[in-house]
Amino acid sequence: MANNYLKEIVNKSYPYGFVTAIESDALAPGLTEETIHAIWEKKKEPEFMLAWRLQAYRHWLTMTSPQWAHIQYPAIDYQSIIYYSAPRANKEGPKSLEDVDPKLLETYKKLGIPLHEQGRLAGVAVDAVFDSVSVATTFKAKLAEAGVIFCPLSEAVQTHPELVEKYLGSVVPYRDNFFAALNSAVFSDGSFVYIPKGVRCPMELSTYFRINSAKTGQFERTLIIADEGSYVSYLEGCTAPMRDENQLHAAVVELVALDNAQIKYSTVQNWYPGDENGRGGIFNFVTKRGACRGVKSKISWTQIETGSAITWKYPSVILQGDDSVGEFYSVALTHHHQQADTGTKMLHIGKNTRSTIISKGISAGHGQNTYRGMVRMLPTAANARNFTQCDSLLLSATCGAHTFPFVEAKNPTAHVEHEASTSKIGEDQLFYCRQRGLSQEDAVSMIVNGFCKQVFKELPMEFAVEAQKLLEVSLEGSVG
Amino acid sequence: MLSINGLHVSIQDEKQQAKTILRGLSLHIKPGEVHTIMGPNGSGKSTLANVLAGRTEYQVHGGHVEFNGEDLLALTPEERAARGLFLAFQYPVEIPGVNNMYFLRTALNGVRKQRGLSPLDAADFLTLVKAKAQEVGLNEAFLQRAVNEGFSGGEKKRNEILQMLLLEPRFVILDETDSGLDIDALQMVAQCVNRHRNAQRSVLVVTHYQRLLDYIVPDVVHVMVNGRILKSGDKSLALELEAKGYGWLEAGEIR
Repeated sequence: MANNYLKEIVNKSYPYGFVTAIESDALAPGLTEETIHAIWEKKKEPEFMLAWRLQAYRHWLTMTSPQWAHIQYPAIDYQSIIYYSAPRANKEGPKSLEDVDPKLLETYKKLGIPLHEQGRLAGVAVDAVFDSVSVATTFKAKLAEAGVIFCPLSEAVQTHPELVEKYLGSVVPYRDNFFAALNSAVFSDGSFVYIPKGVRCPMELSTYFRINSAKTGQFERTLIIADEGSYVSYLEGCTAPMRDENQLHAAVVELVALDNAQIKYSTVQNWYPGDENGRGGIFNFVTKRGACRGVKSKISWTQIETGSAITWKYPSVILQGDDSVGEFYSVALTHHHQQADTGTKMLHIGKNTRSTIISKGISAGHGQNTYRGMVRMLPTAANARNFTQCDSLLLSATCGAHTFPFVEAKNPTAHVEHEASTSKIGEDQLFYCRQRGLSQEDAVSMIVNGFCKQVFKELPMEFAVEAQKLLEVSLEGSVG
Repeated sequence: MLSINGLHVSIQDEKQQAKTILRGLSLHIKPGEVHTIMGPNGSGKSTLANVLAGRTEYQVHGGHVEFNGEDLLALTPEERAARGLFLAFQYPVEIPGVNNMYFLRTALNGVRKQRGLSPLDAADFLTLVKAKAQEVGLNEAFLQRAVNEGFSGGEKKRNEILQMLLLEPRFVILDETDSGLDIDALQMVAQCVNRHRNAQRSVLVVTHYQRLLDYIVPDVVHVMVNGRILKSGDKSLALELEAKGYGWLEAGEIR
């Protein structure tokens, strides 16, 4: 393209790359059974948790990290990582927002996530996780009125051990994969949600994850249980400081939907992606899975993935209950030297189960973007239906898009549909917009947003706008 | 308004060979005039339209284009648009997922900003765009669809004319806007263009057929062959071409 001037536009730097100077209480780097004991003690967890963590750790020692993804990265030294880091507090833990360190409140304010309850996101309850621990949860009282439990997982382990023991690891067992095993051994916090029978959660729930300390891995774990006939919409956001070395993030998210329950889970992932030469950035190895255990239950994943140096993530749904529904809507953008290998698994077990997969991959610069999907129809899945659409948009001559769909239908009445497309951003489209007076950047942004529209419309209103803006920032100077 | 002197243009073909299309073309259009360019396939008519609008894959080797006193070729496509140059495309592109109404409003408010006017709010714009859509005979439903997506050929052309009416350009290039239009649509498009005409606005009509000129009566007709204007005249030249074809002119051209 002749528009070389665009290449000269310096990319807007990652706006969340600052570090908060706060004293932290951290373990020494390295991972042994003692590390796990130490975490368990710090979290004051019941006995069953120690046994489970140690089982996971011992299993992890027998595993090797997966090699099948279309990503390249240097071997990770697991003994150089700090597995627990918490901002040092004077007391046991913040009882209310007044007890939270003002520096932390300031950090979240800078990130645009005000933790005071009349903030910009009023109407959204926020749990803020800073490095290894949750530092504040808002709107607790209002949620309690509805019977909704929304608290740090470390708190739920003590206040609702029966729920945790029943459901933790029930969707993603520690044996599931290398990173899930590691997470099970060392996770320190995350969010816990329980929506009682018949309750429609009165507000959006949101967790905001922030990595601050250097050399620290973040291993959060989220567990959401929607009891019969309930509904919840949950959103997570994430950022991290700019650092030259890579940092590991290995989270696990488990969702359980019982009869007629619905869970809508949205992610806006904006971990530090590394610089334009591919230095630094977060390694994001995440296991997310939902189980539609009940009849007519529904789990819907929506993800906007713009950050991280490496994204390895396949939010999936096990469609066990008859007539249950699974959905996966994804926009993954890779710019500079980012690599994303992402997609979903839909496992159809029950009768008349339905799933929809809409994946939009955008590659710019030297970015590599892979869709990897698996749709399995078991012999029991009579009349099951799947529709898959994966589209890729290329913004440069040096980027790449790859699609690895896997389909297996073992029931003759099951029906699977797959559509895929790859296109280079149209010169004709760009010229058309510019002839009507739009600048090149506005034209790119408009075309890309149009490309992603099917996914954006699935996001809660407040976040759809954020996602569009995020895409604009991430794409600056990407066409040239 | 527009003054083209000795314009030479080439494009790289698939084999990376430079292919010359315009060979020393000159053309002068005054404010308020309507000019028509006719010519056989491959004579360079659409290339001229695209070069004037600023498509980047063409290489200009010589010549000069002045637009209201400015060097047109030094401007980006969006700068040309801001100065009132409008191209009604021969093949309008589809932009999936981008709402037509949103697109039109963004374009209009961009132009208004350039002209020092305040942007139209959603309600004012809606009133305006509905009236204009009716004028070009485009069903309102098309405003809520994605830009040109799934439009028929005729609907796409009407959508182009709708944009012309909204943006109120000073210089309009109609690139084979008549192709693919039935007679009713043709008349309606012509009426819109005629209403748009005034002493300050000029139009360049690129067409294969005399038919459109029954409705949009040109001041000057040019015949373009092999990248150059071979003959210019009044409307009677178009009728002569209709009767005799281009062969008699091409025969006189030294290749």
